[in-house]
Amino acid sequence: MRFGVVIFPGSNGDHDALSAVELGLGDEVVPIWHKDRSVDHVDALLIPGGFSYGDYLRAGAIARFSPIMDAVSDFANQGGPVLGICNGFQILTEAHLLPGALLRNGSLHFVCTWVHVRVETDRTPFTADIDPGSVLRLPIAHGQGRYFVTPEQYDDLIKNDQIVFRYSDARGEVHDDHNPNASVDHIAGVSNVRGNVVGLMPHPERAYDLGVGGEDGLRVLRAARQSVLQAVRA
Amino acid sequence: MESTLSHSYLAEVFISLKPVVNDPEGLSIRAGLHSLGYTGVESVRAGKYLRLTVSATSMDEAEAEVARMCEQLLANPVMETFRVKLTALADH
Repeated sequence: MRFGVVIFPGSNGDHDALSAVELGLGDEVVPIWHKDRSVDHVDALLIPGGFSYGDYLRAGAIARFSPIMDAVSDFANQGGPVLGICNGFQILTEAHLLPGALLRNGSLHFVCTWVHVRVETDRTPFTADIDPGSVLRLPIAHGQGRYFVTPEQYDDLIKNDQIVFRYSDARGEVHDDHNPNASVDHIAGVSNVRGNVVGLMPHPERAYDLGVGGEDGLRVLRAARQSVLQAVRA
Repeated sequence: MESTLSHSYLAEVFISLKPVVNDPEGLSIRAGLHSLGYTGVESVRAGKYLRLTVSATSMDEAEAEVARMCEQLLANPVMETFRVKLTALADH
């Protein structure tokens, strides 16, 4: 099992992602530069957080046109597991691999804290062995994380079971006191229709060891490993 | 052969959030104006303003090309709308 971490100019979660896989999961992981044109050598892709291309124009808007993104799209369209974290989530929405857009936080403040998210579906490779309703404690750090979809797109998300994570309290209750950026319907992460591409604002790769504050993020990466290994066996 | 000559145009692109998208930046600017005493300000919407100089054989061609740029990169159709204003620049 080999993970790949795509690195853009301005990525800053890339080394967290590399460490999470290598030290937390104990799996092989390779960095993939944004000017590369192939991801053939990996089983799952992580698009890390940061401020790719300075977040100029809109977060993720320029990164979408990086040379590597054609290969990322092909990998995703062939069913490969792709996880976009924070800025990676923004890039995947700009690349139309995920629905919706991420707007400036409702509070206008950059938020940097730990939150709880409730897992809403086990349909994706990144939640495959996590019971829906489970609560994960993960860090967030973003200024533009307010998830937005048009009412028609929202109906599709519900119909196709594409909402993967919602912000909640520690017990998994969803209410307005626990929506750090004023996202539509408390959405913290979504998938594509097929379920293999997932984006979320919280950082599972920054929660891979109790020494860094928590290890719930490992469950997300472990689920991906599990799914890939099962797919190989099937 | 006038039509094959290329001319310079100034394209001003105005990008705004769709009316249905909540705009906290606009709301907080409005609050600032209210606190300065401009209580007549009913609403503020924040947006982006870009100036492009483009060469094209006609104003129509320039306009169509800038509209494509907006759809592909400059605006995000999920949340934004755009308007383009073109002005012919003196040929040099």
